This record gives sequence, C-alpha cells and structure tokens, in this order.
Amino acid sequence: MSARPSTLERERPAPPAVPSRTSYGERPGVAYLFLSPWVAGVVLLTVGPMLASLYLSFTDYDLFTAPSWVGFENYARMFTTDVHFLNAVWATVKYVLLSVPVQLLAALAVALLLDRASRLQGLYRSAFYAPSLLGASVAVALVWRAMFSADGAADRFLSFFGVRTGGWVTDPDLALLMLVLLGIWQFGAPMVIFLAGLKQIPAELYDAASVDGAGWWRRFWSVTVPMLSPVIFFNLVLDTIRAFQVFNAAFIVSNGTGGPGDSTLFYTLYLWQKGFVDFDMGYASAMAWVLLLGIALVTTLIFRSARSWVHYGGGDR
Amino acid sequence: MIRRAIWHVVVLAVLGVMLYPILWLVASSFKPNASIASSVGLWADSLTLGNYASVLDGATDPPVWRYFLNSTIVAGGAVIGNVVTCSLAAYAFARLRFRLRTPLFAFMLATIMLPQHVVLIPQYTIFQQLGMVDSFWPLVLPKFLATDAFFVFLMVQFIRQLPAELDEAARIDGCGPIRIFAHITLPLVKPAMITTAIFTFIWTWNDFFTQLIYLSSPDRLTLPLALRGYVDLQESAASFGPMFALSVLSLVPILLFFAAFQRFLVQGLATSGLKG
Repeated sequence: MSARPSTLERERPAPPAVPSRTSYGERPGVAYLFLSPWVAGVVLLTVGPMLASLYLSFTDYDLFTAPSWVGFENYARMFTTDVHFLNAVWATVKYVLLSVPVQLLAALAVALLLDRASRLQGLYRSAFYAPSLLGASVAVALVWRAMFSADGAADRFLSFFGVRTGGWVTDPDLALLMLVLLGIWQFGAPMVIFLAGLKQIPAELYDAASVDGAGWWRRFWSVTVPMLSPVIFFNLVLDTIRAFQVFNAAFIVSNGTGGPGDSTLFYTLYLWQKGFVDFDMGYASAMAWVLLLGIALVTTLIFRSARSWVHYGGGDR
Repeated sequence: MIRRAIWHVVVLAVLGVMLYPILWLVASSFKPNASIASSVGLWADSLTLGNYASVLDGATDPPVWRYFLNSTIVAGGAVIGNVVTCSLAAYAFARLRFRLRTPLFAFMLATIMLPQHVVLIPQYTIFQQLGMVDSFWPLVLPKFLATDAFFVFLMVQFIRQLPAELDEAARIDGCGPIRIFAHITLPLVKPAMITTAIFTFIWTWNDFFTQLIYLSSPDRLTLPLALRGYVDLQESAASFGPMFALSVLSLVPILLFFAAFQRFLVQGLATSGLKG
C-alpha cells in the first residue's frame, strides 16, 4: 500500500493545513517533539541503512567478518555470470506483466458490476475484498500448493474437460501461472478503490451522454474511463510496485528454492537466498539497489505515460 | 425486478468462484486425511474433527497455542507502536508549522514507496549487533519509530479533513499544541486509528518475510513460520489434515477482525486512494 504526492496532491489545490496567519506563539520545537519517533526512525532505520546498504553493495560481506571493498564486482557478476539472477529478473518481469493488467481488469470489471444501488452492495464489496486480506498469508499459499499439486483439486477439475496437467507445482510453465492466478485472485483492494472512484463520477455526465445517443460501451469509453483514469493510474502504480516484491507464495510453493528450474525464482526470493542462505550480503545489497532502481525506472515510465492518458477533472490535458 | 434478481445471481456466482479456495480449505480441514487434496467438491461422506484434535492436543513441541501467543505478541506490539507514533507524526505534519515541513513531508511520502529490501541487510546487521536476532524486538521496535509511513499518510489525510476551527477555538482559549492534540484531535481521529490498528494487525499477522529472517528458535516461531514447516512434510498425505486445520485457525483472527471492522478497512482504503 502506498501513494505518491503527484496523484494525490494534484486533485486538491495545496491544502492550507495551517491557516497562514501569524504565529500562534507555538514554539517550533513542539513540532519536532511530535515528530521525534519518526525522525529517529528515518535516521536509524531508513536513511542510515540505505547509505550503509549502498556501501555494502560495493563490498564482499558475510555478516561476521568486516566488509571488504570489491568495487563494481557484485553488479558486474549479476549481469554477466549469474544465470540465476537473470532467471529471477525474467520470472519477476513475467509475473508483473501477467498479473498486474489482468488483476486491474478484473478489479474494474467487478467494480462496474457492483456499482449499482442495492442494500447488499456493501456486503458484496466486503466479500470480494476478503481475499486481498487473506491472500498474502502462508495459509492461503499452502492451499494453493495443495490445490495445484499433482492429482490435486485443480487437476481433477480440469480432467473433467479432458485436460491433464500432471501437477502445476512441478511444471516450470504452470508453476508461474498458478502464482499469477493467486495474484489476480487478490483483486479486492483495487476493486474497492475503483468502486469509490466510480461513485464520484457525476451522474449528469452519463445522462448527457445518453441524451446524445451513446450506448453502454460508448459511455464506458467516453465517460467512465477518462473520469476514472486518475484512479486507474493510482492502482497501476501501486500494483506494479507491489508485484515486483512478491515473496510469500513463491517461497511456500517452491519451498524456498524458486523451482522448478528457477521458474518461480522471484527477485526477492533470490535476494533472500543470497543474503540469508549463502550469507553473500554484499551481493544481496547490490540486488536491493538494482531492485530500487528498477522500480523507480518503471514508475517513472508509468508517470511519463500518464500525461497522455490520465485526465484530471476539468482541463483536457 | 427480474433485472435485479439476475444481478444478484451474477454477483453471487462470481463471488462463489472467488471464495471457492477458502471454502475448500475450510471443508478440507474437516475431511479425513485420505480424501483431502484430490477432492474437488466441498462435501465429503464423513466429516471429522480429528484434524483439529491432532493439532490442538498439545503433543507437539512447542504446543500450538505458543505460535498463537507469539503471533499475538508481535502483532499487538506492532499495533500499539503504529497507532501511537504514526498519529503523533501525522498531527505534526497536518497541523503544526515548522521550517522543514514541506521537504520532510515529501520525504515521508517517498518512503512509502521504498522497497524494504534496500534497508534490510544493514537493519539486520544492527539488530544482530544489538543481540536482538531471534527475538521479537526487530519486528516490533521499528513500529515504535513510525516506519510504516503509509499510516502516517493515512492519518495526515484524515486530520486535514477535520475542521480547523476547533483547533483555533482551543488555541484562543489558551491551549498549546500538546493539549489541542490530546483533547481535540485525538478523539476525532479515532476512526483513522482503528483503520491503522486493524491493517497493522492483519499485515503483521500475515507477514512472513521479516519473521522468517529474524526468528529461528522453535519456541519463538510465529504462526506463518509454523505453517511453513508443513511444506517439508507435504509430500506425505498424512500431514494435510492437521495443516489445513492449523491454516483455518490461523485465518480466524483475520476474519473476525475483518467482520467486525470491515467498514473501517474499506473506507480507509477508498480514502487513501481518492482524497487528498
């Protein structure tokens, strides 16, 4: 869960949280008193460790002996000799590209379905939201593993249609797909946000479109999508960042190995293996920085593209 | 009328597909071992409480209640830390004036997006130096330093919506920021605190990565780590029953909190994305 200044601040013109009158005689120190736990956290647990991990990424470090400087060797190793690293990047990119768009489409479809005056709407919305809260748990990952194992429920079900998979967990192509399905299954959170967004679209716009003879499809593309585009954008950014960091399900399904054949070796899973199984912590730090840069790059690209498809109320930008 | 009925049928059908895995889990936890994994249907000829009995009989070492206790300690500590420190920071950002407010607020928003992996190894080193690895401290202490910036943001949004006139009235009556916070803001900000508490509880209860890294002694394991132990056994069908029973038990607190507070969660989620 996260948010970004530009989407959130743009809709409301700079909130004057404090009236811009003269000082009330409050001492500036009081603000820092309120902020002191947060400031301590920033210094000790965020900025400090960030700088330290940047330094460690240029070293050979195993937690127990002092780090020794190796220059760019960790980074060079990643992109040249380490096959597993490239497999991990590929598995993660495939996961993001498959799960994020389908999850958002499912979220939007169900939000449109639920966007209707009914006393049961609140109940339905909560029921669809529940998998989002449960999906990250180890318990659900175990269910997934059991359902998709050889001769499991998924196999039995597909065999009604004459399809025999022989177990998804052990098949390199299907293992990733079952994780993608688990990701899509948790579409409740973006769905709730879509639904709230749909409620803010003024009904007059739909009325005006209907008067002009627009059918359902036309109204969807010309009213709903543009009006909802800031919310679509918000969900897209959040979901992409989240999808790059999935860990639990891949760990449980492959029992920490990322198998079969590195097909579920997600980036964070490999980072964990390097850091906490091999104790190659310099390398794990370098991987963390590459992840940060990768996420920053992708987010920047999404923000760039937003100029051409995200509309903020009123003006046609 | 017919359109309404069709709508309900369609929604319930989609919902049925969505909730099937959960129902399957619950049904499986009551089935005798042999028939579990391969049955598609939710009903079995014979249902049994044996799986629950074998999980709860206390013969395991450590007993299962220990995992519940550990998870509760970690999640409870995280809830207290987040509610207290995030509301303090949020009040400062939303209502107080200080020179660095704009840059610090921007920085706070940026940290929401920061992948935890980038601070993971130095944090681990710090806790290792402090002798806190394999204790609950690394899981709880950061929450007392308001590191979950998302909740700071959530509460800032909430406080900004409160009428500023109340603050001003109190100020004219001679209240300083501390008393305004305690007597005016705090009572009004309760819904946001409940949202924060519930999300923190559920996310910490579900958290696997941090607990996997920091905890290792058998009697310090939390529920996710205990459940993970079943993965190794899973090739033998005999462990399916107890595994599903413990899985169901581990999800019960989440479902209870969700049932009780779903309005707060849904509202919190919707506002975080829309207002601002």
